[in-house]
Amino acid sequence: MAVIDSMAPPTINPDSQEEIINCFSITMATVNGSGSQTANNTLLRAIHKMGVPVSGKNIFPSNIQGLPTWFTIRLSKYGYIARCEQAEILVAMNMVSISEDIKKLSSGGICLYPNEKELPVKRDDVTFYPMPVNELVARSGADTKLRPYIANMVYVGTLAYLLNIDLKEIEAALSYNLGGKEKAISLNYNTVKAAYNWAEENLTKNDPFRISRMNKTDGTFLIDGNSAAALGAIFGGVQFVAWYPITPSTSIVDNLSEYLPKLRREVNGKATYSIVQAEDELAVIGMVIGAGWAGARSMTATSGPGLSLMAEFAGYAYFAEIPAVIWDVQRMGPSTGLPTRVAQDDIMAAYTLGHGDGRHVCLIPASVTECFEFGSTALDLAERLQTLVVVLSDLDLGLSLWPTKPFEYPDKPLDRGKVLSSEDLMRLNGEWKRYADVDGDGICYRTLPGTNHPEAAYFTRGTGHNEAAAYSERPEDWSANLIRLSKKHDYARTIVPAPVVDLIDDTEVGLISYGSNDSAIREARDLLDGAGISTSYLRLRALPLGNRLSEFISNYSRIYVVENNLDGQMHSLVQLHTPADANRIVSVSKCDGLPLTASWISETIIKLEAEVKL
Amino acid sequence: MTSTVKPESVALNRIGLSKADYSGSPSTLCNGCGHYSIANVIISAAYELSLDPTQIAKFSGIGCSSKSPAYFLGRSHSINGLHGRMPSLATGATTVNKDLVAIGISGDGDTGSIGLGQFKHLLRRNVDMVYIIENNGVYGLTKGQLSATADLGQKLKHGGLNEMPPFDLCLEAIIAGCGFVAKSFAGDPKQLQTLLKAALSYRGTAVLNVISPCVTFNNGEGSTKSYVWGKDHEIPLHEISFIHLEHNEIQSEYEPGSIREVTMHDGSIIRLKKIGQEYNPTDRMAAIKLLEEEKSGQIFTTGLLYLNEKRQTLVEHERLVDIPLTHLPDEKLRPLSASLDKINAEYM
Repeated sequence: MAVIDSMAPPTINPDSQEEIINCFSITMATVNGSGSQTANNTLLRAIHKMGVPVSGKNIFPSNIQGLPTWFTIRLSKYGYIARCEQAEILVAMNMVSISEDIKKLSSGGICLYPNEKELPVKRDDVTFYPMPVNELVARSGADTKLRPYIANMVYVGTLAYLLNIDLKEIEAALSYNLGGKEKAISLNYNTVKAAYNWAEENLTKNDPFRISRMNKTDGTFLIDGNSAAALGAIFGGVQFVAWYPITPSTSIVDNLSEYLPKLRREVNGKATYSIVQAEDELAVIGMVIGAGWAGARSMTATSGPGLSLMAEFAGYAYFAEIPAVIWDVQRMGPSTGLPTRVAQDDIMAAYTLGHGDGRHVCLIPASVTECFEFGSTALDLAERLQTLVVVLSDLDLGLSLWPTKPFEYPDKPLDRGKVLSSEDLMRLNGEWKRYADVDGDGICYRTLPGTNHPEAAYFTRGTGHNEAAAYSERPEDWSANLIRLSKKHDYARTIVPAPVVDLIDDTEVGLISYGSNDSAIREARDLLDGAGISTSYLRLRALPLGNRLSEFISNYSRIYVVENNLDGQMHSLVQLHTPADANRIVSVSKCDGLPLTASWISETIIKLEAEVKL
Repeated sequence: MTSTVKPESVALNRIGLSKADYSGSPSTLCNGCGHYSIANVIISAAYELSLDPTQIAKFSGIGCSSKSPAYFLGRSHSINGLHGRMPSLATGATTVNKDLVAIGISGDGDTGSIGLGQFKHLLRRNVDMVYIIENNGVYGLTKGQLSATADLGQKLKHGGLNEMPPFDLCLEAIIAGCGFVAKSFAGDPKQLQTLLKAALSYRGTAVLNVISPCVTFNNGEGSTKSYVWGKDHEIPLHEISFIHLEHNEIQSEYEPGSIREVTMHDGSIIRLKKIGQEYNPTDRMAAIKLLEEEKSGQIFTTGLLYLNEKRQTLVEHERLVDIPLTHLPDEKLRPLSASLDKINAEYM
């Protein structure tokens, strides 16, 4: 297991003054609960609308008000949207964290700060710009309650001047983020303009950073993964949602609650769906499985601790063969861990959730586009395979804004799986067995409660059963059933989303990764290319692992599995999948609560490659 | 022992089914188990009410009681879930298919201990189902440990001395907002069947707390969950009769003033004839007082303890379409592509 820390700053020569256009990061250091989200999302959207690829990441505390929070916008003319180790521009609004924040700033960077505060530290290699925050807020005439929010508009205006952000785009983005509320828009925008004008009159730009219009974001918009997941589930025909609030999954249900009433009510206002907030995750998964058993497309959203509570029912769903979908938006564990920080650390837990034998189908989206797609794929697979499907998203994917092309309407009808109707049963003269593998794919036929046929009913149980669903303790019944379930799992290998592969000729190095690491991997591969290491890349999109992965592994001398957890959880699963190749499969893993960066990935692999050559 | 009805009973009910059509698999419960008579009461009630067994769904958790749905209504789907978590399964299933006639079977361990939370939240939501607690005050399947409804001061061979006060599950139900709370005794099948019929007509969660003696582990003379004690101490609150809306049974004559009639939501009538003291089952505080008094007095009152039909059910709360969600065609589930175009445009 390789855990190598790298904090080498990208050096900018402050004397050269050669312009740095569309290629830097801006960190807004604020106090959480101070309403900086509107300001930050406005900047993000304005820059996106200027055609410059951007991403925005919120590093926030598990707290409602008063602790430090950082929002980092990365702009990249090359389209790199992963996190960077360091920012070049700091907006230092939080006097508690300001010393640390200034220390972390890239050499040659700039720092904006409220001029009424004394700077606790100075750096000769950083350009400081004061902002008259209190003065401009007072001048805005805003109500006392609104003043902290308005204060954030001062840095929006100052940055707009210093970085050359189009004010028209700022105004449009404000309007978007404030839901078109005229009064709020003008109050905020007037302060942006006032700050812009003040900066124009009073500041001398003495830094190389500038934003210039491009056309690299045409036809795309920004959205977070949780919103995309909710929309995907709705267009996947979700009928029942049970849930219990938990960070960072809650906004999936918030979005379902926002969009379902708009999209899935009849003319008379009656709903074709139901959302139930349960008393705990034990009840959540019971409700989801109960609804799935009765024949509804059924899901929940949770995170690590909730997933742990769902374990017993997960095994039940596997064994009794009931469709259900869990969206696990991963955060840091073990235990309560860090609820507002990212990790990909539920891979093993989700795959083997529950006691006894059994493995679950897991989907791993890497982008907001895939979050939307997997919204319906998960429901389809759950009903097709009559089993639990866990979608492993994560906090960075779920809560950060990412670019996507417009979502595409699903091109296939809903897959409702093998369900016998009363007509089917008449045709079969009522002769059927719930757990008989008629088609040879391990998937049996089921009936739904309420099916109007005297032979439709069967007894669903988590205890040992034979093909006819009758209680059985016979060894041969038990093993036959478990072997068939394993066969079904093998069939799942062939129908879950296949890995996405980018093959490069003449290289000995293969990279394997998954989920929200994708943007960092793509950038890291360019950095590795620059260091003379070309790589092929396989991005896993699902468990169980399949043949495509085995083939990929067989083609390379050295395989690096890159992931955001300490134990190298996927690395272990990949090794188990291809045991003969296990010694060529190396774990590149790290878990510190932050999204992986391209520089850390590339430097780690460069070091490992150097060791090989020695 | 089986609960299959003897072949000579060939009488058919209104929907053309014989009583045998309501039977289940052969029982594996102990001889004389109270759960066995409850299974037979369920069979009789469903047969007499002419319920379509294919439209009934059975729910249970874990324990002796929870195994029993296999022994009745073999034509009904059944789900035997996890310990204490039958309520959540029933909540999900009945919400997506509101036409199911849902019968939940649980025990005192399943409801009063591991499942107390889910039980009370089910009642808070008022999920439309009959919830039968087969209460024997003991863990049978694990061979005789004390449960949370075991009597204070009770001694069990395996469980030892119980020094904790029992939960009264009827009291818990009333406090949780349940609108149909009844107590009965497996040794009094006539009353139990009447209460069960009324419960099946009730819109919302109907709780039947049935003292169901465990002949193997808790049938001693000192136990309030034994046959002897039950037979000696049972005090019915009323002489209760139930008139189903569609049956048009001849109504017998009663002295004026001695009868309280409650018309259910579906038009059926519960008729309560005063036996001893005046008892008004729509008075919540009176029901709580009665149960509190029972705690100290070792009295065993049976009958309809509390009735309130005013609460909305979970399905009503959810304002669902008129047909069950599970019957909706797929085109009702996936919004049109124009809706997605509009959302894409809003984000753009």
